Amino acid sequence: MKPDNWAIEVIDLKKSYKNVEVLRGVNFTVQKGSTFALLGSNGAGKTTIIKILATLLQPDSGSAKINGVDVTKQPEHVRKEISLTGQSVTADYILTGRENLRMMAKLRHLPAPDKQAEELLRRFDLLDAADRRISTYSGGMCRRLDLAMSLLGNPSVVFLDEPTTGLDPQARIAMWDMIKELARSGVTVFLTTQYLEEADHLADQIAILHEGHIVATGSPAELKNRLPRGHIELRFDNETTLNQARDLLKEFNATADSNNLTLSVMTDGSTRQMMRLLTKAAEADIEIAEFSQKLPTLEDVFLAIVTSKKEDSK
Amino acid sequence: MKLIHFLGDTAVMSGRVIRHSTRSIDTIITVIAMPIMIMLLFVYIFGGAMNTGDVSYINYILPGILLFCIASGVAYSSLRINNDLTKGVFERFHSMPIAKASILGGHVVASLVFNVVSLLAIFLVAFGMGFRPQADVLGWVLAIVILLLSVLAFIWIAVTFGLLAKSYEGAGVFSYILMLLLFVSSAFAPTDSMPAVIRVFAKYQPMTPLIESIRSLLLGGTADKTTLSAVLWSLAILGIFCASAMRVYKRRMKYT
Repeated sequence: MKPDNWAIEVIDLKKSYKNVEVLRGVNFTVQKGSTFALLGSNGAGKTTIIKILATLLQPDSGSAKINGVDVTKQPEHVRKEISLTGQSVTADYILTGRENLRMMAKLRHLPAPDKQAEELLRRFDLLDAADRRISTYSGGMCRRLDLAMSLLGNPSVVFLDEPTTGLDPQARIAMWDMIKELARSGVTVFLTTQYLEEADHLADQIAILHEGHIVATGSPAELKNRLPRGHIELRFDNETTLNQARDLLKEFNATADSNNLTLSVMTDGSTRQMMRLLTKAAEADIEIAEFSQKLPTLEDVFLAIVTSKKEDSK
Repeated sequence: MKLIHFLGDTAVMSGRVIRHSTRSIDTIITVIAMPIMIMLLFVYIFGGAMNTGDVSYINYILPGILLFCIASGVAYSSLRINNDLTKGVFERFHSMPIAKASILGGHVVASLVFNVVSLLAIFLVAFGMGFRPQADVLGWVLAIVILLLSVLAFIWIAVTFGLLAKSYEGAGVFSYILMLLLFVSSAFAPTDSMPAVIRVFAKYQPMTPLIESIRSLLLGGTADKTTLSAVLWSLAILGIFCASAMRVYKRRMKYT
């Protein structure tokens, strides 16, 4: 991949607040027109990276470029290329949706702000609520308006800082659809998230930020191969059945939790293995009250990566 | 081109903040209705018992009421600035290709416009209550200059505290200090009857020259030492708080 194709290029970025090292040498590149998810837990430094890329914060060392332009050397130029949607809604609650969009269009010095506002209201399904104050909007509508506001002036790189944090599941799915549509229109989308599922769903490339370093990068498929598959959980009606099942399924590395009457079984995610397991239980006449598959949590992922790194260095 | 952008951006920004004020009933009540109520209260309830010599009480307290109006009006600026700062609104604006100075500039211009409107409303009511100025054109011009300088000085105090405050609730507290300073001055009653310590304090604190110069100019007096003192005080406050607001802004935005 040639540097010409990079929308974002970050080299050895370091940043400390007082004595806390937040970023300890971060490297990654984002291809033009792709969707990139920066995955990390709360306080991992995701927002710090976004702030540096959006020209709001000066790094201690290292460099960051947007479309080949250095963010610290030519911030004015970079600001024309980007838009930032922060973690909290910055749309003005006392103004209507239309007024918010018109204001942003004027600040971007765009011709025909009314027309631009109208178009975005339609695209983000907000026409019915266009002339109501934002204070009457639902959380999902606010986020959608915030996203619409950031698209005025056709930025080529869009930063979304935890775009679905705090949304209910329905609003989250609506937001995902908007982001996917945005990605299809050809802009580069850089988003941060705490949810593995979200990164998996939206991103072409994922980078995992942990303790100030990027600990893993790759496409969702590549990363999945390196990650634990999670486990399945079986619940039983009583402790006797639980114990029977535990003895029966020893070969699957099962751990029983007698308080919740559940049995956790590590899996490789294959249907063949699951079938074998369930058949075995059925043949022994063990009644399974509940069956569920648990996806790996972010903690599982970190643990797996950090452990594998330690093993590599041995 | 740069200047045109700056002016355009500032117009959009101040339009935004002015809408905040005109759409919130409590701002209008606090900023316009409250000072008028206080003026009515002082003139018709306490006024009879006040001894202000040859000057009618409404003529005497009008400058104090005007400054009281400014002190309560600018509190809203600091609340709104604090809200914009903590909610990430300033950050969003900073990530856009707009004139940086228009971000705080919009708040200042909006506050200036709103204060001028509320001062005019108070003047109007005061005329109805029997306020009769005797100033000539020069006197009016000087009085208005001192008033506007006070507005600007108070606004920048508000900007500084709005940026400094850790919470929304804390952002408006300074305005009570300004009001307290007004009460401990010759704004509402002559200082002669106050205890010695307070009298000395009242004499040397900045509110007194502001009020006394405006009062004297409106009642037909000519520019004197007090006028100069008022101008210097307001310029000094303006300068100090303008500079500290900029410093705090840069620090809190961690802006490069």
